[in-house]
Amino acid sequence: MYDVYKVRKDFPMLDGTKKMQGKPLVYLDNASTTFKPQVVIDKMNEYYTTLNANSHRGDYDLLYNMDVAVQESRKAIAKFINADENEVVFTSGDTASLNLVAFGYALKFLKENDEILISETEHASNVLPWFKVCELTGAKIKYIPLDEDGKITPANVKNVLSSSTKIVSIAHVGNVLGYEINIKEIAKLVHEVGAVIVVDGAQSVPHIKTDFKDLDCDFLTFSAHKMCGPTGIGALVGKYDLLDKMDAVFGGGGMNVKFSTDGTCIPLNPPSKFEAGTLNLSGILGFKAAVEYLEELGMENIHKHDVELFDYAVSNLEKNENIIIYNKNSHNGILTFNVKNVFSQDEATLLNHKGIAVRSGQHCAKLIDDVVKTKATVRASFYLYTTKEDVDALIDALNEGGDILDAYFN
Amino acid sequence: MLTLTNEMMRAIIMDHYSNPVNKKQPPKDGYEKIHMHSDNCIDDIDVFLLVENGVVTDACFDGVACAISTSSTDIMCDLLKGKDVECAKYIIDQYHHMIHEEEFDESVLEESLAFINTSKQAARIRCATIGWNAADEILKDK
Repeated sequence: MYDVYKVRKDFPMLDGTKKMQGKPLVYLDNASTTFKPQVVIDKMNEYYTTLNANSHRGDYDLLYNMDVAVQESRKAIAKFINADENEVVFTSGDTASLNLVAFGYALKFLKENDEILISETEHASNVLPWFKVCELTGAKIKYIPLDEDGKITPANVKNVLSSSTKIVSIAHVGNVLGYEINIKEIAKLVHEVGAVIVVDGAQSVPHIKTDFKDLDCDFLTFSAHKMCGPTGIGALVGKYDLLDKMDAVFGGGGMNVKFSTDGTCIPLNPPSKFEAGTLNLSGILGFKAAVEYLEELGMENIHKHDVELFDYAVSNLEKNENIIIYNKNSHNGILTFNVKNVFSQDEATLLNHKGIAVRSGQHCAKLIDDVVKTKATVRASFYLYTTKEDVDALIDALNEGGDILDAYFN
Repeated sequence: MLTLTNEMMRAIIMDHYSNPVNKKQPPKDGYEKIHMHSDNCIDDIDVFLLVENGVVTDACFDGVACAISTSSTDIMCDLLKGKDVECAKYIIDQYHHMIHEEEFDESVLEESLAFINTSKQAARIRCATIGWNAADEILKDK
């Protein structure tokens, strides 16, 4: 196991000088985005200070070196989630990856009355692209029923799967309730009816050892910025034959072999066919540095650390009768709660006043209020550098309570 | 001019949050409605004004809102009721000046002076102004 206090020294945002409302910063919004270690920042700077060139098979050394660097990053990310190198497409992030599957794959292959299965706990980025696909193709969305915890189970998926099902798109770990879903078993069921399974890995890939081949999902999407990497870069990982047969949504330089006046275009093979235009090269280099940083700490260790903090927080907060915890069985780095009779945004403002960063609201999962039976919640989320002291600060602040207007008058 | 202490301001805000008398659907037809929501997913309200012969004869709002947006909108409704359109616009302008720490005419703001500290909590400016912006939108072409 790694030493969390030593690890914190790698992060400029955790150097002890950062404050909110004049108080030392306690950052518990890691499900939203994470801090970056110096190695990632340095790697991104290296692009701008020593490597600056475009990519796509150049004629001079600087370009060639950049192509090599992009391929090395792709290899590192493929290894990180156990996929083949040519199955990793660089995108601007999880949202772009899910949209790429929707508009590159679903739009091409779905027909009227085909069914797409999602759940009410999905993030907007795993709902709205499918709404659009349905509008354009006449396909229909069906919602997978959830168990009493708000979790997707293989049995419940099986109940709604049919020969009409063409796509099942679900988060491996939800961004509000944080339950880990049994993707491997669900993938088996999905494949039995001949459908494809899309896994939103935004909250799982940064926290749980993820094996693309072992899960046997068809597509896996994630963002670098939730795993100590840069913003504006992420990946769509897809089985090669599916990437090969789906459409490139963006046309442009770097994605085609040739095109002619008769309107035809021969695209490059995947993954290049999806990477039109100049890539986020600094981001791609930083992405590699981030996965290497995580690998060095060990994904099992990171997950263990998340679970320890979660269990510690739950066992303490359960003693406080004013706190309603919505996901105490989830055992991941996401804790979702409310303080009785306090609107979540008012609670988040009070915590901000105490230097504690948490999110309030629906966390972009706007269908979830039926599941948790409340309009909005407070979410505290942990990561590899979160300490027990950070969690204590949250526990103390919640035990201390206080008038929600304290934040307004001090 | 009455000077409000922090305790008085707290009491005003809590009173209008706990018991927002203007938080309701309009009792009859004829109200103009503007829907407002904040970018951070929570505040989601409708503001209704009844404007008859150049006078705001009634104001109310409904929806999901935090303490600051609920109380500031409730107080606004009280303030605007019975005012002619010009006067209502003047009050809204003065409130915005106060929120943004500009010079303002405090003589017309009454209980809404309780929000004078908003600028210290930058993240709450949108909560303290969401209802006011809606009313502004309804009245701007009148």
